[in-house]
Amino acid sequence: MSHRFYILRTSYCVLFTSFLLLLTSAASAQLPALELVKKVKAKLDKVNDYVATGKMKTDVVFIKAPISNIKAYYKKPNKFQVKRDGGISLLPKGGVSVNISSLLLTEEYTAIDAGNGTVDNQQVRIIKLLPLNENSDVVLTTMYIDEKALLIRKANTTTKDNGTYEMQMSFGKYADWGLPDKVVFSFNTKDYKLPKGITLEYDDGSKKAELPKNKKGRVEITYSSYVINKGVSDEQMK
Amino acid sequence: MWKLIKIEVFKIFKKPRTYIAFIAVWAIVSLIQIAIYADGQKYMDFVLKDVKDNFLVIGDPLNGYFVCFVILQTLLIHVPLLVALISADMIAGEANMGTLRLIVTKPQSRTKLLLSKFIASSVYVLMLLLWIAVIGLFLSMGIFGTDGLINAKSSEIILINANDIFWRYLLAFAFAALALITVAALGFFFSIFAENSIGPIVATMSVIIVFTILSTLEIPLFEKIKQFFFTTHMIAWKGFFEMKENADGESIPGTIRNLPAVLRSAGVLAAHTVFFVGASIFIFKRKDVLS
Amino acid sequence: MNTIIKVSHLSKQFKELRAVDDLSFTVQEGDVYGFLGQNGAGKSTTIRMLLTLIAPSSGTIELFGYNLYTHRKEILQQVGAVIERPDLYKYLTAFECLSIFATMSGLKFTKTQLMEQLELVGLSARANSKVRTYSQGMKQRLGLAVALVHNPQLIVLDEPTNGLDPQGIADMRNLILMLSRERKKTILVSSHLLSEVEQIANRMLIIDKGKKLVEGSVNELFHPDDTIVLLETTDKTLAEKTISQSDYAGALVQIDASGLELKMSRDAVPAFNRFLVEHKIEVKGITARHTLEDYFLKITSANQHVEAYKN
Repeated sequence: MSHRFYILRTSYCVLFTSFLLLLTSAASAQLPALELVKKVKAKLDKVNDYVATGKMKTDVVFIKAPISNIKAYYKKPNKFQVKRDGGISLLPKGGVSVNISSLLLTEEYTAIDAGNGTVDNQQVRIIKLLPLNENSDVVLTTMYIDEKALLIRKANTTTKDNGTYEMQMSFGKYADWGLPDKVVFSFNTKDYKLPKGITLEYDDGSKKAELPKNKKGRVEITYSSYVINKGVSDEQMK
Repeated sequence: MWKLIKIEVFKIFKKPRTYIAFIAVWAIVSLIQIAIYADGQKYMDFVLKDVKDNFLVIGDPLNGYFVCFVILQTLLIHVPLLVALISADMIAGEANMGTLRLIVTKPQSRTKLLLSKFIASSVYVLMLLLWIAVIGLFLSMGIFGTDGLINAKSSEIILINANDIFWRYLLAFAFAALALITVAALGFFFSIFAENSIGPIVATMSVIIVFTILSTLEIPLFEKIKQFFFTTHMIAWKGFFEMKENADGESIPGTIRNLPAVLRSAGVLAAHTVFFVGASIFIFKRKDVLS
Repeated sequence: MNTIIKVSHLSKQFKELRAVDDLSFTVQEGDVYGFLGQNGAGKSTTIRMLLTLIAPSSGTIELFGYNLYTHRKEILQQVGAVIERPDLYKYLTAFECLSIFATMSGLKFTKTQLMEQLELVGLSARANSKVRTYSQGMKQRLGLAVALVHNPQLIVLDEPTNGLDPQGIADMRNLILMLSRERKKTILVSSHLLSEVEQIANRMLIIDKGKKLVEGSVNELFHPDDTIVLLETTDKTLAEKTISQSDYAGALVQIDASGLELKMSRDAVPAFNRFLVEHKIEVKGITARHTLEDYFLKITSANQHVEAYKN
C-alpha cells in the first residue's frame, strides 16, 4: 500500500508542479511585437488632447539660451504645437513631434521584435517599427517599451529629411495616460558659422574655447502639469 | 559756463545742416524697417542658414527688438559721419564765418569756450541718439511687436527672453552715446586746425574707417595694438546682449556675460574723449587766431 | 589823463616773418587814435595782440593800467572790437547775433536794451532778418553794434569802413565822432582810408614793416590846414616868375615836369585862384591835395629808402 501511495503522491506533485509551470509560463509569455505596440497605442489613444505646461532647456553647443517656459498643445491624431512665453526657442525639426503619439496614431507600420533591454534600470522590450508608407519621413523607429506599464521609455527615430534623433521619457503622475514628466531629446547638429564681417562682433578680449564640433544637441522638456481632454481650440494650435 | 553751453546748443540747432542728420537717420531707419517688413524672412533665413535645416524657430524673431538691433548695427557705421558734420564744424566753422575772432575776444577763457562747444556737440549727439531710440526702438516695437531676441554671432546664437531685453537697450544706447561722443571729440580736435569744416570731417571719417578696417583684420601685427584703437571698442554695446552661463551651460537671464570687458571698453572710449578734448584745449589756448 | 593802452617793445615773429618789431605806443583816455600803415605793415597783427587773438613773441601790453594777460577777463569786459569784415552768423537774425555776443560779454541785457543798440546803428527795422540777407554795410553796422553792446570804454576798430559805400563811410565816421565826443569813448581805429582818419583822429601812429615810424598828435605831426596845390599851366616859366615875385613866393615848394607845387592853407586856395586869373596865367589844371596822404607817403617812402640803403 505504501508503495502505491508513494507513486500517487509523486504523480500529483509532478502534475501540480507542471500545472504551476504552465500557468507561470502562460503568464510570462511575451506579447508579439505588433500586439504590444497596439496596446501602447490604445493607451495613448485615451488622450484626445492636452495642454502641457513645462520648462524647456536647450543644450546645443552653439545655442546660448535660458531655460524657457513653454506650453505644449496636442490634439489627436497628429496636431502638436510648442509655444514659448515671451521669447524665441529653436526646436530641432524632428522635435515638432516631440510627442510619440503622432507616430503611433497616424502611421501604418511593421513591428519587429528586437529583443530586450533596460532604460533607466527598467526592463524594456525593443521593438523596431518600419512605416509601410514609402512617403513617410520616418525611415525606422526603435522603441524601448516598458511592457508592464505600457510606456515608451525611449525611442530612436531615423528620418529621411530631419536626421536621427532620440527621445528618452521619464514618467510620473501622468504615467497612466502615457504622458511623460520629462522628455530628453537628443539629435545630431551641423556646425554653425557666420562670417565675422556680417556679424560685426565685439571682441571682449577673452579667450574663447574652440566649440566642439559634431557634438550632439539636447533639448530637455520637463512638464509640470497636463490638462488632459479638456479641449484645445484650433486657435491654440496655430 | 551754463550760459555759454546754452548759446552753443542754440547755434547748433539753428543751423540747417544739423537737421540733415536727423532726416538721414529717419531715412535709413525707415528703409530698414520697410525692408524687414517686406522681406525680413529672407534676412532671417540667411542669418539662420546653418540652423534652419535642423531647427524650427518658435516665437516671432522678426520683432521690434530684432529690428532695432539691425538698425543700431547699421547706424553706428553711418552716424559717426553725421556726428562729425557738426563736431568738426565747431571751431573750423566759426573760423570760416569770421566769428571765431569775435568770440575769442570776449571775456571768457578759451578753455571755457572750447568746453562749452564740446558739451554742446555732446548734447547734439544725445539728441540724435534719442531720435534713433524713438524711431529705431519704440517705433519698431510698435510696428513689429516684441518677442525674444536672436543675437546671431559668428560661432553662436544667443537667445534672449523678451522681458530681459529692454534694459539692455537702455545700456546699449548709453554706451552708443559714449562711443559717438568720442567721435565728436575727434572731430572737435581736428576742427581746431582748420578754417573750413570739410577737412576735419574728412579727417575724422578717414580715421574711423581706417581704424575700423584695421580692427577687423585678423593680422597678427595688429592684434596687440588694436585694443588701443577706440574704434575697436565702439561696438562694445553688443556686450550687453550676451549672458552669463551656469555650470550646466544654461544662460542666466538678467546677466551680462563680460561686464568688466564692456566697462573697460567704456573706459578706453572715455580716455580717448578726455585726450582729444584735453589736447584741443591745450593747443587752442596757445594758437594764434588769424582767421 | 589816464593811459588806456600802453604797448611796450611789442614784437611778433611768425616763422621767418617779423610782423611787429619792437613797437611801443600809448593811447590816452578820450583819444581817437589813428593806426596807419600799408597793407602788411603789422596793423592787424598789433590789434590782434591787443585783443588776445595772437600771443606776442615779446613785449608787454597794458590796458587800463593792468597787464592784459593777467587781467584778461576784466579788461576785455571794457573792450569792444570790430575786426576786419564781420560776417557774424548768417543763419541767425541780427537780434539773435547781438543777443549771443551780449551774453558772452558777461552782462545781462533786456530785449529793449538790445533793440536800442540796433537803433543806434540804424538796424532796428531789420532786427529779425537773417544776417545772410544783409548788405556788407549792414553787416559792418551790426558788427559795430556787437562791439558796443556792453558799453565798453575802449573801442578797437580794424578797417571799419571796409566794403562800405561813401554814405556808409560817412555814417561810420559820424558814429565814431559821436562816440568820442558825446560818450567819451577811447577809440583805436586802423584804416588805410587816410582821409577818414584825418577827419576823426587826434593822435596817430604810422607803422611800416612792423616798426613804428612816427607817433604823435595829428596837429604836431602835420598841419591839416596845409594843402598841397598842384598847378599845371600853359607857360610854366611865366607862372614861376610871377609867383616868385609875389606874396606866394614862400609857398612855392618845387617845380617839376608836371607843373608847380605850392603849399598853403586850404582857405587861401580861392585867393590864389584869383591871383592866377589876374596875372593872366593860363591854368590847365589846379589840384588841392590831401596832406595826410602826402605825409604818409613821404614817411613810408623815406622808410623804404632807409631800408634799401641799409640793405
